[in-house]
Amino acid sequence: MCLSIPSKVVEIDEEKNIAVVDTMGVKRKASLDLMQEGEVKEGDFVLLHIGFVMNKIDEEDAKESIKVYKEILEKMDFDG
Amino acid sequence: MDRLELKNLYDDFRDPKTIKSFAKIIEEDAKKLKRDINIMEVCGGHTHTIMKYGLLQLLPENIDFIHGPGCPVCIMPKERIDHAYILSMQEDVILVTLGDMIKVPGSNGSLQKARSKGADVRFVYSPMDTLKIAKEHPDKKIIFFAIGFETTTPMTAALLDIVIKRDIKNIFFHINHVTVPEVMKELIDSRDVHVDSYNNQIDAFLGPSHVSVIAGSRIYEIFPKSYNRPVVVAGFEPVDVMEGISMIVKQFLQNRCELEIQYKRVVTFEGNIRAREMIDRYFEKRELFKWRGLGNIPKSALKLKDEYKKYDAEYIYKDILPLEEIEDHKLCICGDILRGMAKPTECTVFGTACKPENPIGSCMVSSEGACAAYYKYGNFLKQGKRNG
Repeated sequence: MCLSIPSKVVEIDEEKNIAVVDTMGVKRKASLDLMQEGEVKEGDFVLLHIGFVMNKIDEEDAKESIKVYKEILEKMDFDG
Repeated sequence: MDRLELKNLYDDFRDPKTIKSFAKIIEEDAKKLKRDINIMEVCGGHTHTIMKYGLLQLLPENIDFIHGPGCPVCIMPKERIDHAYILSMQEDVILVTLGDMIKVPGSNGSLQKARSKGADVRFVYSPMDTLKIAKEHPDKKIIFFAIGFETTTPMTAALLDIVIKRDIKNIFFHINHVTVPEVMKELIDSRDVHVDSYNNQIDAFLGPSHVSVIAGSRIYEIFPKSYNRPVVVAGFEPVDVMEGISMIVKQFLQNRCELEIQYKRVVTFEGNIRAREMIDRYFEKRELFKWRGLGNIPKSALKLKDEYKKYDAEYIYKDILPLEEIEDHKLCICGDILRGMAKPTECTVFGTACKPENPIGSCMVSSEGACAAYYKYGNFLKQGKRNG
């Protein structure tokens, strides 16, 4: 039950402290009550858990991981 | 890669070729290991990934998994489920809880059964849905039956925060939040008590993903330092898990014993500070909490602080909520499975009397429990090398 869904913030309602997020084409609302004020912005990647944004996904770290995986694949040079 | 797209966060961390490349790295490294390694994946989410993607099949013989107790509905003792059942049967009560609780059996049956007997039980996607239910039913007492590890605790706290700020009079809480580090300690400490087992040696931990997002990796510092167990906090995707395993194997090869984070894109050492503050504001440790299959574990669960007593359903309804402990089913070996002393397939009732639709033991209750995951995805195990 600890699963969370990576999503992208498409809109922020500052008054209600809510973000509208896109989860692979499905739009839903998520509370920002567990995030610092102003921490989450439009276009950010976030983790969604039972109706709340629980944290931001660091874009650079994600990209770095993916880059490392590609390098490993190239080095291994096997056709899987 | 110039720009990250949402689909990268799914596809690139589930890529079969990348999974296989890590399997190859692990295989090469494992050849150099001087002894077998047993890794405990603490969290049920990891158990699910490992079984769903058949990762056990990709690992060499000398690396094995012990499936840990990180499934919060699985470890909930019957007496707590009975509390939910009893509360739901009160005429002026609407019991609200997360969907994971639907089928969990107590001594009178599950909440699904309570509903069929006329109880008003609502299964919601988010604790916040409780607010709407309370508004629509001002004449009823709405009790939020709160479950989950550190991941889910701040969401309960956020609901209470709103209840207090808006002075909502008809929302109450029955708190069953549990914490991860204490049960990890218990599993190592209790090892000496269970020396007759053949396989209760936890050599390393794969640290939970989203518990760590909230609590921070700092909660595992003690394990490499004082228990000589490496911890690698890994994400839930199969590539994350394989990379995490690879990092653990490398620690053994290089004689290191450290706390490392594989899941750096969301986990930090400190975690989500605002969420942690929210937890600390409203909750405090219970002296003891009974885990189904494992018994009483000190400081392993939370309760509302005394000053929030008037919101605490456990206090308000104390006269009708029994405290006696209920024994686990005699044939069930979930306790041994959670301690890594047995595999689900070694249980005599596994897949026969005990099935997901009618679970006897805790590990069969949710898809994140080891038995349910073996039952659903474990067909290959019948022919495989790892059949118990």
